[in-house]
Amino acid sequence: MDTTNETTTPVKKNGSSFALKLGNFFREMSRINAFIFRFFKEAFVPPFEAKEVLRQCYETGVRSLTLISLTGFIVGLIFAKQSRPSLASFGAQSWLPSLVSIAIMRALAPLVTALICAGKVGSSIGAELGSMRVTEQIDAMEVSGTKPFKYLVCTRVLATTIVIPILASYMALIAFLGGFVNITTNEGTSYTNYIDNFFEQLKFLDFSSSLIKATIFGFTIGIVGCYQGYFSNKGTEGVGKAANGAVVTAMFLVFVEEIIIVQITGWFR
Amino acid sequence: MHKDKANIDYKNPVIQIRGLYKSFGDMKVLRGINMDLYQGENLAVLGRSGTGKSVLIKIISGLLRADKGDVNVLGCNMNTITDRELQDLRVRIGFSFQASALYDSMTVRKNLEFPLVRNKKNLSRKEVDSAVEEVLEAVGLSHTINQMPAELSGGQRKRIGIARTLILNPEIMLYDEPTAGLDPITCIEINDLINEVQQRYNTSSIIITHDLTCAKSTGDRIAMLLEGQFQKVGTFDEVFTNTNDDRVKPFFEYNFIE
Repeated sequence: MDTTNETTTPVKKNGSSFALKLGNFFREMSRINAFIFRFFKEAFVPPFEAKEVLRQCYETGVRSLTLISLTGFIVGLIFAKQSRPSLASFGAQSWLPSLVSIAIMRALAPLVTALICAGKVGSSIGAELGSMRVTEQIDAMEVSGTKPFKYLVCTRVLATTIVIPILASYMALIAFLGGFVNITTNEGTSYTNYIDNFFEQLKFLDFSSSLIKATIFGFTIGIVGCYQGYFSNKGTEGVGKAANGAVVTAMFLVFVEEIIIVQITGWFR
Repeated sequence: MHKDKANIDYKNPVIQIRGLYKSFGDMKVLRGINMDLYQGENLAVLGRSGTGKSVLIKIISGLLRADKGDVNVLGCNMNTITDRELQDLRVRIGFSFQASALYDSMTVRKNLEFPLVRNKKNLSRKEVDSAVEEVLEAVGLSHTINQMPAELSGGQRKRIGIARTLILNPEIMLYDEPTAGLDPITCIEINDLINEVQQRYNTSSIIITHDLTCAKSTGDRIAMLLEGQFQKVGTFDEVFTNTNDDRVKPFFEYNFIE
């Protein structure tokens, strides 16, 4: 029986003893695993909510473009500016484009994009679903014979998983331009020279690992935001907690994943 | 508007509940509920806040699961029902929420279309539009079709919430506090609408309320939910006239100040 008992039996979070906290932690983990499992179970079976996925892609992608553009440009510019003195002390300013490219592709673009999206998109998903939960809109979908999990959760998680790698690629491009502005202003490097040096040290592994990383970050941000919102309770206070929890948890997990993926990529290098 | 009680089919219960128990942690909310709802009947469930009235209809609609007891809805046993069967059953049950639960991000039109296009996929655009217009006309709010829920008054939101359930032609209507938070005139309008819906769509209804006026004008029978059980069930007069029950009397006195 498809029951939403889960919504009314939240994991108790006010345990005083260590054992109780540990028990709550494992219960929470098991709920998260069940949530992820349910996503894979429902997301790829018809009927597909293609229209809603596209709408969510638009909400996630297009509305984040300004922030991503601005941040990307500043990241490229500042990174080049801050790295120059260290390289200059070895007389190695000509390596600056390569250094910028490696930093952007391997770490900065996917990580900064993920952190921005965790704040902007993750909190928005958490608050929106949280608000729908406390105003019984999710229950209303459930009792009208529709599948709220598929319509609300699967579409949002798919959208963040698809869009965040695209945003990360876009940020890399903008950061590339930011780095170019700084380097050409200070070193007088030509555009063709900059491009040659920029791509000289980059390998296929850098591009692919960056994209895979951004995809994993996107999935994490979507699933955490949805989980926090979908199981929100305690009225309007719960909505705030859902939004806050979505950001904090997603950012923490993004850093943990970054460490793990860097280690794994290192084995292939 | 007063409803015609001659249409009730007392041989045909659409909901049968026997020995229903439900607890939340240590709090025992429902303690052995027995109930029948007959075809074409309006049953008003009265009780104080926190006595489990809403829990009862959430169990009937499959939003919550009973701890113990048998709940049969339109021939389906809620203890053994499968996901697929529950989904099909829910299309036959309309649930009007206390706070209306309209989808904030959608217009009235989209709110009404949402359950229809997802449950009846072979409908043409014209059929969907016509169904939307019909239910909006039934609740007297045709002019709000392109408005957002935030632009509607409390009474209008209730009506749209009811219209959204009617669009699937339900056999059973569950109303959770339909008049809560509304002014007396709007309450009367909502009570009339509940009776109109029953007659026009031939539904059977459970009306959860603590408003005696609502219970009196919509309910064919009244069930008093006290201490987790139905203590008194009958017509309004049977339950309230000359009652000596100290748990029921104050309820009547506070609602009708003479």
